[in-house]
Amino acid sequence: MLTYTLRRLLLAIPTLLLISLVIFLLVDLAPGSPASEIPLTVPPEVRAKILEALGVNEPVHIRYLLWLKQFFWVEPLNGFDAIFGTHYAEGMQRIISYQSRSPVFPLIGERLPQTLTVIGTAYLVGVLIALPIGIYSAYRQYSLFDQFGTMFAMIGFSVPTFFTGTLFIIIFAVWLGWFPTKYNTTLVVTDWASFKEQLRQMAMPVMVLGLANAAAISRYMRSSMLENMSQDYVRTARAKGMSERTVVLKHVLRNSLIPVVTVIALGIPSIFGGAIITENLFGVNGIGSALIQAIRGNDLPMVQTLAFIFAILIVTFNLIADLLYGMLDPRIRYD
Amino acid sequence: MLDTRPAPLVQVEDLRMYFPIYTGILRRHTGNVKAVDGVSFSIQAGETLGLVGESGCGKSTVGRAMLRLYEPTGGRVVIDGDDVAHLPPEALRRKRPTMQMVFQDPQASLNPRMTLAQIISEPLDEHTDWSRDKKIERVHELMDQVGLNRRFINRYPHEFSGGQRQRIGIARALALNPRFIVCDEPIAALDVSIQAQVVNLLEDLQDRLGLTYLFISHDLSMVRHLADRVAVMYLGRIAELSPSADLYARPLHPYAEALLSAVNEPDPAIAARRKRIILKGDVPSPANPPVGCNFCTRCPKVMDICRQVKPDLVEVEPGRLVACHLFESRQAAGTTGAPEATERNQQGVSQ
Repeated sequence: MLTYTLRRLLLAIPTLLLISLVIFLLVDLAPGSPASEIPLTVPPEVRAKILEALGVNEPVHIRYLLWLKQFFWVEPLNGFDAIFGTHYAEGMQRIISYQSRSPVFPLIGERLPQTLTVIGTAYLVGVLIALPIGIYSAYRQYSLFDQFGTMFAMIGFSVPTFFTGTLFIIIFAVWLGWFPTKYNTTLVVTDWASFKEQLRQMAMPVMVLGLANAAAISRYMRSSMLENMSQDYVRTARAKGMSERTVVLKHVLRNSLIPVVTVIALGIPSIFGGAIITENLFGVNGIGSALIQAIRGNDLPMVQTLAFIFAILIVTFNLIADLLYGMLDPRIRYD
Repeated sequence: MLDTRPAPLVQVEDLRMYFPIYTGILRRHTGNVKAVDGVSFSIQAGETLGLVGESGCGKSTVGRAMLRLYEPTGGRVVIDGDDVAHLPPEALRRKRPTMQMVFQDPQASLNPRMTLAQIISEPLDEHTDWSRDKKIERVHELMDQVGLNRRFINRYPHEFSGGQRQRIGIARALALNPRFIVCDEPIAALDVSIQAQVVNLLEDLQDRLGLTYLFISHDLSMVRHLADRVAVMYLGRIAELSPSADLYARPLHPYAEALLSAVNEPDPAIAARRKRIILKGDVPSPANPPVGCNFCTRCPKVMDICRQVKPDLVEVEPGRLVACHLFESRQAAGTTGAPEATERNQQGVSQ
C-alpha cells in the first residue's frame, strides 16, 4: 500500500506539471488583455509602465516558469512564514492578482471559509439525504417510496440550480419570509443568536446544492444496493438465519458502500471548487464567485492559480478514492 | 443420534413455486412461471436423496423453496416436525440451525468482505450466546472437519481456491449442527479432481454426523455414487423417484431413460453397443406447460392420454414411484410391470 501510494505520488508530479502547463497556456492564450482593467483615462505611457510592472511583457515561457516557481516555492514559504513567524520568503515576489494588485493566496484564503461552510455543508447534507433514500429505495424496489425517490433524483438531476435557487428564494424568502434572500459574508458567529442567523442564511444554498448532490449519490447507492441484494452471499446470510436487519445493514450495505464511498470521495474537490452559480445567486462570497470575478476581469494569475489548485485537489482525491477502495475491499490489493 | 423414528425427517407435499409474470403498461399479473409444480417426496433421517434433471427443470428452486429462501406458492415442507413453508418469520429464523444449504457458487455465496472466521462464526453470533473463545474453538473444529488449515482463519474468501471455498461453505453450513443439508449443485463449479474431494468430504461428514442430504445435481454419475434414492425432475415435476441402484440399472420413466442414456460409459465396448436416446425439440416453457404430461411434447412413447391428463406420481413397483401413463395400467393390474420393462431395456442394449 505504501509503495503504491508513493508510486502514485511520483506519477502525480509529471501529471500535475503537464496540467499546469495546459492551464497556464489556455488562460494565457485566451483573448483578452490585462490592460483592459486599467481605466482609459490613464495615459498610454503610464499604462505601459503598469503592464511592465505586472510582468506581462515577458515571453510566455519565462512567465510560466516564474509562476511555477512562485506556486511551488514562494507561496509555500510564505505559508510557512505565516504559520511559524519566520522570514524566509521576505523579498520574494508572490503571485499577484491583476485586479487587486495583492497576492493571490491571501485572497483565496479569505474566500475559502465561506465556500467550505456552505458548499461543504451542502455536500454533507446531500450525502446524508441520499444514503437512506438509496438504501430504502433498493430494499423496496418499485415500491411507492422507490418511485418517489426516483422522481426526487430526476428533479435533482434535471432542474438546474439557478432555477431551484430562484424558486427557493421566491417561496422561502419572499412568500414565507423564513430565510434571508442574501448570504451575509460579514456575519461572525459569536453567540447562539448569530449562530442561528448563520444557519438561517445557509439554509437555502445548502438545500439547493444538497438536492443536486443527493440526486446523484442516491442513484449510485440504490444501484449498488440492488446489485448486491441479488448476490448469492445475501441468500447465504438469510439461510444462516440472520435477522433481516443484519442481512441488509451488514451484508448488503457494507458491500454496497464501497463504490459509493469512492464516488463521494471523488466529489469532494468540487466543494473546494465552490458552486459558481449558487454562490452568485445567494451572494456567498466564496471561491466560485472569486473565479467568476477573476475571469471577467482578465485576472490571469488568479484564474491560473485557482484552476491549478482544483487540479491538485482532483488528483489528490482520485488517489484517496483509490486508496479507500483498497482499504474497504479486501479483494483489491495494491502491491 | 438417538433419533430412529420411522417418520421421515423431511416430508415435502405438493410443493409449488410459481414466479409471477407481469406484462403490459400496467404490469398486470398475466401468468406464472411454474418452476416447481406439485412436487412431493420424503427423506429419511441419514438418507441422501439425489435430485437430478436438466438445466431449468426446477431442481434448485425445490431446494431453495424447501428452506424458504423463496416463499413457496403452495404445499407443505415438514422438516423435523415443523412445516417450514408456513412458519412465522421469527420461528423460521430459530428453525434455520436445523436446516442448512451448501450453495453452487462458492465464490459468490461467501461475503467478500468477511474473513473466514467471521463467515463461519456468524451463525453462532446469531443463534448462540457463546463466548468469543468458544466460537473460535468451534470454528477451528469445523475447519478441521472440512480439512482446512487453521492458519487460514483470518483470510478472505478470494484468497482461497474453488475447492477450499466450497469447504468453507460446507463448514459454514455445519456450524450450527444441522440435521438436514440441501446441497445445491455443490460441485458444479469445481473441476473434476476437486469434485471428488468435496463429494468424499460430504459422504464422510454424513457418516460422522448423521446428516441428511438433498443432493441437487445435474451430474448423474456423481448422484449415482452419493445418493440412496434419486428423483428425476422434468419441467417442475418429478418424473421418477426410485432407489439409486434400480434407477440406474433400469429406468422406468421414458424421460429418466433418455436422461440416463446420456451418462458416459467408461467401457468402450459397451459404449459402442449402447443406444443413446436423443430427445427431439426443446423443453416447453414453464410459463405455459402442456395440458397433459409435461413430457408429452418430446416423449418417444407418447400416447393420446398423455396430451390430456397429467399423470400422478404413483408407486409402480416397491419403492419406485413413476409419473407416467405407461405404468398406470400396470399399477392397477398388479406386478406385470417388471418383465416388460426389462424387455424394453434389453432392446435398448442389444441394438
